[in-house]
Amino acid sequence: MLKETLIQLRLSFLFVIVFTVITGLVYPGVVTLLGQVLFPRQSNGSLIVVDGKTVGSELIGQPFDDAKYFWSRPSATSPYAYNAANSGGSNSGPTNPDFIKTVQGRIDALKKADPEMADAPVPMDLVTASGSGLDPHISPAAAEYQVARVAKARGLDPAKVRELVAQNTQGRWLGFIGDPGVNVLKLNLALDALGTSK
Amino acid sequence: MTTNQWTQIGFFFVLLLLLVKPLGWYMARVYEHKPFFLGKWFGWLERLVYKICGVRPEEEMDWKGYALAMLIFNVVGGLILYAIERLQNHLPLNPAGQSAVPPDLAMNTAISFITNTNWQNYGGESTMSYFTQMAGLAVHNFLSAASGMATLAAFIRGFARKETKLLGNFWVDMTRTTLYILMPICVAIALALISRGIPQTFSNYPSATLVQPTSYDQPVTNAQGTPVTVDGKPQVTHVAVTEQSLAVGPVASQIAIKQFGTNGGGFYNANSANPYENPDPLTDLIEMLALLVVGFALCYTFGVMVGDKRQGWAVLFAMLLLLVPMVFLCVHSEQAGNPLLNHLTVGKEGASLNDGNMEGKEVRFGIVNSGLWATITTGTSCGAVNSMHDSFTPLGGFVPLWMLMLGEVAPGGVGSGLYVMIIFAIVAVFVAGLMVGRTPEYLGKKIQSYEMKMASLVILIPPMAILALTAIGVVTDAGRAGVSNPGAHGFSEILYAFTSQVANNGSAFAGLNGNTPFYNLMGSVAMWFGRFWLAIPCLAIAGSLARKKIVPQSSGTLPTHTVLFIIMLVSTVLIVGALTFFPALALGPIVEHLKMIHF
Amino acid sequence: MADHTKARKLFETEITRKAVIESFKKLTPGHMIKNPVMFTVYVGSILTTGLWIQALAGKGEAAPGFIFAVSLWLWFTVLFANFAEAMAEGRGKAQADTLRKSRQEVKAKKLAKPDKNAKATEVLSGDLRKGDVVLVEAGDFIPADGEVVVGVAMVDESAITGESAPVVRESGGDRSAVTGGTRVISDWLVVQVSSNPGESFLDRMISMVEGAKRQKTPNEIALNILLAALTIVFLVVCATLLPFSIFSVFVSGSGQVVTVTVLVALFVCLAPTTIGGLLSAIGIAGMDRMIQANVIAMSGRAVEAAGDVDVLLLDKTGTITLGNRQATELIPASGVDVKDLAEAAQLSSLSDETPEGRSIVVLAKEKYGLRGHDIQDLKATFVPFTAQTRMSGVDIGKRAIRKGAAEAIEKYVKEEGGKYPEDVRTGVEAISRRGGTPLVVAEGKKVLGVIHLKDIVKGGIQERFAELRRMGIKTVMITGDNPLTAAAIAAEAGVDDFLAQATPEAKLKLIRESQAGGRLVAMAGDGTNDAPALAQADVAVAMNTGTQAAKEAGNMVDLDSNPTKLIEVVKIGKQLLMTRGSLTTFSIANDVAKYFAIIPAAFALTYPELNALNIMRLATPQSAILSAVIFNAVIIVFLVPLALKGVQYRPASASRLLRDNFIIYGLGGIIVPFVGIKAIDLILVALGLVK
Repeated sequence: MLKETLIQLRLSFLFVIVFTVITGLVYPGVVTLLGQVLFPRQSNGSLIVVDGKTVGSELIGQPFDDAKYFWSRPSATSPYAYNAANSGGSNSGPTNPDFIKTVQGRIDALKKADPEMADAPVPMDLVTASGSGLDPHISPAAAEYQVARVAKARGLDPAKVRELVAQNTQGRWLGFIGDPGVNVLKLNLALDALGTSK
Repeated sequence: MTTNQWTQIGFFFVLLLLLVKPLGWYMARVYEHKPFFLGKWFGWLERLVYKICGVRPEEEMDWKGYALAMLIFNVVGGLILYAIERLQNHLPLNPAGQSAVPPDLAMNTAISFITNTNWQNYGGESTMSYFTQMAGLAVHNFLSAASGMATLAAFIRGFARKETKLLGNFWVDMTRTTLYILMPICVAIALALISRGIPQTFSNYPSATLVQPTSYDQPVTNAQGTPVTVDGKPQVTHVAVTEQSLAVGPVASQIAIKQFGTNGGGFYNANSANPYENPDPLTDLIEMLALLVVGFALCYTFGVMVGDKRQGWAVLFAMLLLLVPMVFLCVHSEQAGNPLLNHLTVGKEGASLNDGNMEGKEVRFGIVNSGLWATITTGTSCGAVNSMHDSFTPLGGFVPLWMLMLGEVAPGGVGSGLYVMIIFAIVAVFVAGLMVGRTPEYLGKKIQSYEMKMASLVILIPPMAILALTAIGVVTDAGRAGVSNPGAHGFSEILYAFTSQVANNGSAFAGLNGNTPFYNLMGSVAMWFGRFWLAIPCLAIAGSLARKKIVPQSSGTLPTHTVLFIIMLVSTVLIVGALTFFPALALGPIVEHLKMIHF
Repeated sequence: MADHTKARKLFETEITRKAVIESFKKLTPGHMIKNPVMFTVYVGSILTTGLWIQALAGKGEAAPGFIFAVSLWLWFTVLFANFAEAMAEGRGKAQADTLRKSRQEVKAKKLAKPDKNAKATEVLSGDLRKGDVVLVEAGDFIPADGEVVVGVAMVDESAITGESAPVVRESGGDRSAVTGGTRVISDWLVVQVSSNPGESFLDRMISMVEGAKRQKTPNEIALNILLAALTIVFLVVCATLLPFSIFSVFVSGSGQVVTVTVLVALFVCLAPTTIGGLLSAIGIAGMDRMIQANVIAMSGRAVEAAGDVDVLLLDKTGTITLGNRQATELIPASGVDVKDLAEAAQLSSLSDETPEGRSIVVLAKEKYGLRGHDIQDLKATFVPFTAQTRMSGVDIGKRAIRKGAAEAIEKYVKEEGGKYPEDVRTGVEAISRRGGTPLVVAEGKKVLGVIHLKDIVKGGIQERFAELRRMGIKTVMITGDNPLTAAAIAAEAGVDDFLAQATPEAKLKLIRESQAGGRLVAMAGDGTNDAPALAQADVAVAMNTGTQAAKEAGNMVDLDSNPTKLIEVVKIGKQLLMTRGSLTTFSIANDVAKYFAIIPAAFALTYPELNALNIMRLATPQSAILSAVIFNAVIIVFLVPLALKGVQYRPASASRLLRDNFIIYGLGGIIVPFVGIKAIDLILVALGLVK
């Protein structure tokens, strides 16, 4: 038994080393090589470059609280919202009184920013934090809730804003997989690109 | 639930079942040493591994030898990993200058990764050097999965063989699993994921200028690190943020194996909720299939290896029966939403958008893919998440907790899930066999007191460990300190933590602060017991069964591929789970649910 | 003395009375520890009694009345389990007492050597040792088990078998074994004693039924492990509920921590006490049923193995067919009138006292209207059968009529100068092919025709084999016949397979081959040449009329010496396992309802919301807990009859049995306690016992 154990010990050691090379170096190396060659843009983070300046990634959300921008979902990342180097959710329990208070606060803020919507039902995703804290999307309902405010702030025709919303909506894959979402960063960039921001 | 939600769930399971047969067949070829194309291409690599390590592939082991090799390998792997973590500040590839990982966290992490749990009490970006991530953690994503599958292969041979002591060679099974099953398929998955936007690069984090700069308040601390207060109010400084640092890296290669090997340890803190880990509905679908398919396909492999595919399908359908209704319960509960929030969001006219509970969920996945993922990730030992279980409604959160409590058998971790499920089948066969007046047999092997002894251990240990550790957690100050939510939910957090670790899952009610010496230590115990104290009795059973004859079937034999037996098996799993955990569940999610609906 | 063959009434007053007393006597820790499940209940009872005393002293965790009620019912739970065991043992003892009466010390005439006329000394039967030789004369009891060395006698074995007709016992052959306690009623026997005192057959029987030497059977051990594991799980579940409750009170800020009394009550309800309490009773009762079927099993293991039998080896003669062949048909040779053949056949058989011979006379009379002749009137000389001639016959004056095997008659006719007709040859072959035995009749040198002797398959035997097939048991017929004959009879009887021209070696080989294939083999046998096969078979039933060697090689003895008894044996074995399995399922399924009763009650103060789980709408928390505990105790008593009688067994496929028992005991086990607990709750409220 002891001899057997010693043999297996030596074998285990060598085995870990060999597979560290194979799975720890060769495997990611090969994948990186293939990825960089076949899909260079995606491999490097799907960055959005405007005028030679990186303004974000189309996959990662950014915080907005200006009335002229569509607001992203609340984010629980620390120390500040949409910290892409430290993703995470609030982990608030459903019956946690502090959590309920927080949501009430967000509802109040939304209503304050656009008193006209004070009586409308609030889309749930707009007042709850996402799991990653980096959710690039809001639901079409959440976008619709904000259309009037953004249009007013920018002096745009709400129909024009809606058109941009539609253009920046990622539908369901194959028409039925997943949920549709409006990419807030891309939408806000499109709004800025209209050049009518005051 | 909407029609679209039903359709998505249905479509997912149809796709899954379509993959079962080809993958299951392929894995059977690998374990039965029958020829297949990859074996021809990479045979040289396999032989090279044997040569370097000194493996004599033709020498098979009995159950004790197999278990010994498996244990020693895991201990050695764990120690090397621990050493790497502790010494990372002296090792290369540490550009961020991470310091040595504290001993308790290093131990917890090492055990977490060798047991295929991938419970993470650390934030990857802020704790581990590149070297630790690549040469330490990533390697064990492969090896821990392979170790589970190898153990299963030996376990199945116990049924397939007769009158022999030999169950196979651990090193050969490990090598073949990694080289022929895990790696090639992961390369394919990784490329598919990259094509949809998952990063794969070794370059530094790019920085983006925020479209709208933001700011936050930082508490002022004195030299000792304690917050400074003036008149009882904490002092803060205002910090402006104009840049967003985009954390990229060799993500896709790790995501592929973390899903496919049911590891679950994400590249990012938010795991598969992070858009860089899971950017759209299609990657979500691929990742879900990847985490579930091996567990189900192994049922088919089992059927092929024991020479009766119906047996594999029967186990597979039993797993589906345990899993699918829970998917619906979870999605339904989340869609029904949180009444405490729903009444806040209602408009003047009384209209509500009925969005369901979106706290901790991503818009692109919606309720359905969050609920589906939560159920299957806990049905397997994956534990990757695409939404935050802690923020689920009580019944929605009950589902992942329940899947963990069932012992990770629907379909469980790669390898480990099936062998535990077969143990349940042995218990079901035992009771059923008595009910028909015959010494119980499973697949022609008589189930006697030795098998029952070992099977009892397998069924006994997880609940005992979970309940005992939770009990310690709830009465000690150190345990209570980790809780982040008040009331019954706090109880659920502690219960979930230990259930997840014993079940080698790794998902969490993540509000719990687990990076304390208490949780690091207790968690290590939980994960160690949950893995090896189940694997060893399973191998012992395999050893005992392999020595037996195979009793021929007759009409007096209880058939184990019928609907009746599937029901019997499912009942056994459910009743063991329910009877063991009902009181704990009553004090956690059940009472929280009742309180919530009666608010 | 034959009363033990009747099924005993389930609750005989005397046995019940003794069992009640016994159940208190069994309350010693030394006895309780043997049954781990019940031991935990025992400890719980002591614990709650202590808590009650503490409460009386004014420092209790709950009202003394409540603790007392729980404690009382826990004690009842233990007592009821003891009662079940005592009942089963009592019934076994009663059986044993009956047997013991036949084992009085008797005087024996010990002979110096195995010769009737040798010098005899009177000794007590208890002093006889193996190898001693005794003389037993008419009216004497046989003092010990043994082998007849000299003599032939009629023996009354009713004390053992319950069969009042005396049986022949003679030296040599397969009827040489005698059992101590039986009585010679005519003639005398010289018997060589084959067992020492206390080891005799009767002694073994008594100790088996008394359960003194009862070892746990393999399945029982495995089940015990499972039950112990479940008990440990529930122990942990209940123990951890205390810290969980402390935490819940802490976070909810209301209510009080669950009491130890409630936790013990919950534990006892959850632990598999129903099966745990009845397990040993089931085992003893199984043995008891064997004895009621007049089969003595040498070990519990053998009874259990009987349920697993895959292959059943049965001797053809006496088991499948009636012992004797019968003439069914006469086929005349060409040119011979059938009447002439019938007459010759009849004449040749008049003095033939074998059953075959008699059946020829009967056939001639019934089918061909020939009246019987008196052999004296005919002045006929009977020519008996000899091994050399292999024929018998009769000489009447000059007429020499012979009948015998085809070859023997052919030889005889040719010697007489006659010729053997071709159509007789084909007739003989045809009969052989159909499984019959041809007897050729000749008068002088003329062959008259063929008598068809047929094996008569026992009535109803086909149905029994069909039953066995449904049970998944393969039947194999063992016969010394040639394969042709064997195949024909096998087909007629409906056995699955046959072994023709069987020698002891061939039998042994067949058993070994079946076993190598993983099958369990059962067989019945009586002769000394069966002994090796009996020793090899997994379930070996020796006939009581058989030789001592056969009885020692087997692991069961059938006192009725009926080989088809094997089928009963298999049924009883299966019934034993089924009773255990079904009650285990029932016991575990019961827990669901108990949770719904106790959990809301236990946390009523901390989490009143949990009352939503009180789906039985039990009146108060106390009544809920008490009702569950009472149900848990009372169900044991209710199931005692089932444990003693065993679950009903019908021959059916495993799937069918499982489906039925799963529905009855699994689903039933979930539903019954809901009804029962609610009913008890209503009674408690009606009686004003709970607020």
